[in-house]
Amino acid sequence: MSATIETTYREALREAIREAMTQDDRVFLMGEDVGAYGGCFAVSLGLLEEFGPERIRDTPLSELAFVGAGIGAAIGGMRPIVEIMTVNFSLLALDQIVNTAGSLLHMSGGQFNVPLVIRMTTGAGRQLAAQHSHSLEGWYAHIPGIRIVAPATIEDVRGMLATALADPDPVLVFEHGSLYNAKGTLAEDAGPVDIDHAAVRRPGDDVTLVTYGGMLPTTIAAADLLAADGISAEVVDLRTLRPLDDATILASVRRTHRAVVVDEGWRSGSLSAEISARITEQALYDLDGPVERVCTAEVPMPYARHLEQAALPQPETVAAAARRLVRGSDG
Amino acid sequence: MTTPLTVPVARTIVLNALHQVVPDEDLTVLGDDRPFRSELELDSLDFLSFVENLSAATGIRIDESDYDAVTSVASCVSFLTARGAAL
Amino acid sequence: MAEFTMPSLGADMDEGTLLEWLVAPGDAVHKGDVVAVVDTAKAAVEVETFADGVVEALLVQPGTTVPVGTPLASIGVGPVAPAAAAKPAKPAKPAKPAKSARPARPAKPRRAAEPVKPAARGATAQPPVHPPAPVVRRVARDLGVDLATLTGSGPGGEITRDDVVHAADQHPAPAARTTPAPPAPAPREGMRVSPYARRLATELGVDLAAVPLPADGVVRAADVRAAASGPAPTAAPLVAASAAPDAEDRRQRMRSAIATVMSHSKREIPHYYLTSTVNLGAALDWMHERNRDLPVTARLVPAALMLKATALAATEVPDVNGFWVDDRFQPATDVHVGMAISLRGGGLLAPAVHDTARLSLDAVMAAMRDLVVRARSGRLRDTELREPTLTVTNLGEQGVESVLGVIYPPQVALVGFGTVVERPWAIGGLLGVRPVTTLTLSADHRATDGFTGSRFLAAIDRHLQHPEAL
Repeated sequence: MSATIETTYREALREAIREAMTQDDRVFLMGEDVGAYGGCFAVSLGLLEEFGPERIRDTPLSELAFVGAGIGAAIGGMRPIVEIMTVNFSLLALDQIVNTAGSLLHMSGGQFNVPLVIRMTTGAGRQLAAQHSHSLEGWYAHIPGIRIVAPATIEDVRGMLATALADPDPVLVFEHGSLYNAKGTLAEDAGPVDIDHAAVRRPGDDVTLVTYGGMLPTTIAAADLLAADGISAEVVDLRTLRPLDDATILASVRRTHRAVVVDEGWRSGSLSAEISARITEQALYDLDGPVERVCTAEVPMPYARHLEQAALPQPETVAAAARRLVRGSDG
Repeated sequence: MTTPLTVPVARTIVLNALHQVVPDEDLTVLGDDRPFRSELELDSLDFLSFVENLSAATGIRIDESDYDAVTSVASCVSFLTARGAAL
Repeated sequence: MAEFTMPSLGADMDEGTLLEWLVAPGDAVHKGDVVAVVDTAKAAVEVETFADGVVEALLVQPGTTVPVGTPLASIGVGPVAPAAAAKPAKPAKPAKPAKSARPARPAKPRRAAEPVKPAARGATAQPPVHPPAPVVRRVARDLGVDLATLTGSGPGGEITRDDVVHAADQHPAPAARTTPAPPAPAPREGMRVSPYARRLATELGVDLAAVPLPADGVVRAADVRAAASGPAPTAAPLVAASAAPDAEDRRQRMRSAIATVMSHSKREIPHYYLTSTVNLGAALDWMHERNRDLPVTARLVPAALMLKATALAATEVPDVNGFWVDDRFQPATDVHVGMAISLRGGGLLAPAVHDTARLSLDAVMAAMRDLVVRARSGRLRDTELREPTLTVTNLGEQGVESVLGVIYPPQVALVGFGTVVERPWAIGGLLGVRPVTTLTLSADHRATDGFTGSRFLAAIDRHLQHPEAL
């Protein structure tokens, strides 16, 4: 067992960027305020001083332009990391992400692949209101040709970037804004991690709670509530939202016979809907009750703290859904 | 209770109280003077439930010191009718 | 001539439906004989005649609903041959008692009238020999022995359990009886069954129609499992209708489940056994004193004290509280004492009293009563069956002096309490009589040694000497 260090999600991510840039000089970071300002969420603080303005590039406020530039650089042989401030703003670059990055390999008959990594912040919980707080990663998970990952732990945020950069095709990394300050320990020699498999974060027997990203702490807290209540919940962290790791999800559900999907996205047409569908398609005869979903209220995210919290899935609502499944009532 | 418990009513109440505790047993073959705790294999919790049922159905208080008087259907009937009359 | 009329079986009854005649014109009847079955709004009730005589005419057809007081039959009063059996004298009663003359709680006696059925019917014809005890009948049912063919060896010609077992040895039951065909899963119409529960029912051979419907109307896997392992959950009213093949089948399944677990235990677990005699004087005095002023619902039984004392002792000796998994002992963080509950119709369950050590005695008592009811009605939650970290058996309540039990894996200890008996007991050089119990421990030698086990028993004893602190 190697030595461990105390760190945060933000520092682990910065270390991952630093390592990637140190090991491969094709790697560079660009985005709004990533340089002089150190990144809107202070992820790239100090990197400009370390690597210079050629490799830590501030861009104009034009997502369409700089994501397009990133695609061009990737096709040209570079390994760009493009940072978009929040997922809300990524919509300005949808054309580049979906119509170009995701399609070029196919449309070029396999001649051009796009080894691009796009990082962005997602999610609510910090009173940043409807301009900055939505969870649209489920939309991107709809698109063939791109891989979607959502590191929920310090280990994953430290290790997923390198694997994403090594991928020959575009990878979108969704970092939940409420995780940046998360503290934890990390092995000193922590390195790349796979981005193919979901992970069981807590084993359990009575119900499977499927979640990812910023909802992992909420779901773990729900599992604690349930444990106090005599219900043993298994928590599955998807890690990769596209392609989904059906095998891990289904293995768990086949064992517990009950599933609750916890997704900070809105319910309608969501990733939670996709997961629920896959479970019922492939494991109907193992289910001891309907798949439950706990999602964000279908409103633009409110600014007021109490309204924001009311809109978001909470440990209590997740636990109540699990109890409904296990006991037939949520009390 | 305004009317004293008659023997048949008391007997019915006793059988009913037993039936609630052991719904699967055939009480028709339980002899009136048989010790039902052993015949029906009642444990202490079963017996307590029985006493509770009996007490609830008649309004008669049954203390722990009375437990020896409520061991068979017949003894229960005697106990209830005696206590019922004394009320 | 007397009239047999539709009786009032409760203050709220103003009409009843005649379900069945148990007599025919020309039959001699005696006061107290059951002559008809009447359906009230709440239950089917056997109705007795208050007159001696001969049935002249049945005036109402089965299935007819008539107001209270309507003549149902006419009985000719006259000299009748004396009844073969001496019947206990019944107090004289008017044929149709006034409503105000009924006891205060009419609903209960009405339901309870059911058990009277065969006894009252047979009473006129049968010799005054005790019918076989319920337990004997059950054994007969299980072994497929027809009691009518037996001659009893007990006092007064009573048929004993041994008679039945002996008869079964002589004439083994036909194979068809012991291997009933698995029932096909056939849900009731409108019943909602989860897909997994449906699959499980097929695998376990559980008839979905026989699964009791939970409060929310959805049958889940746990309900099917309960139906598979528990006793007949829908209590067949009184008469030995639980001899139905599915009850038989359930008993078989529970038997084989116990067989598997117990064989595994004895094969894998190197048991060691310790015994200690415990003076329960202080505990019982305290309990009786406390119970004296309390209503029945709030009273304690000794088993509650024993359970709690065991739980507290387990917090002091944590090595007996937990599981042997993956070749090592894994202590449990909390103490959930499993309570062995024997099921009517055979079998055994040991669900947990959750977090026993932290519950008040009243809460332990309430939990025990709740578990017993639900265990016997097949309504335990699967978590309750998986949860125990240690098990207590109170087999002593059935009169045995000590019980050296088989550990329920993966637990590592089982505590037994024998029957409470009065014994001479020396205290401070003087001899007195005290209620004592034989406390036993079966423990897994892989997890603990006898030294630890004896510390555990000593701790249980110590806690029982201070019941006020339990």
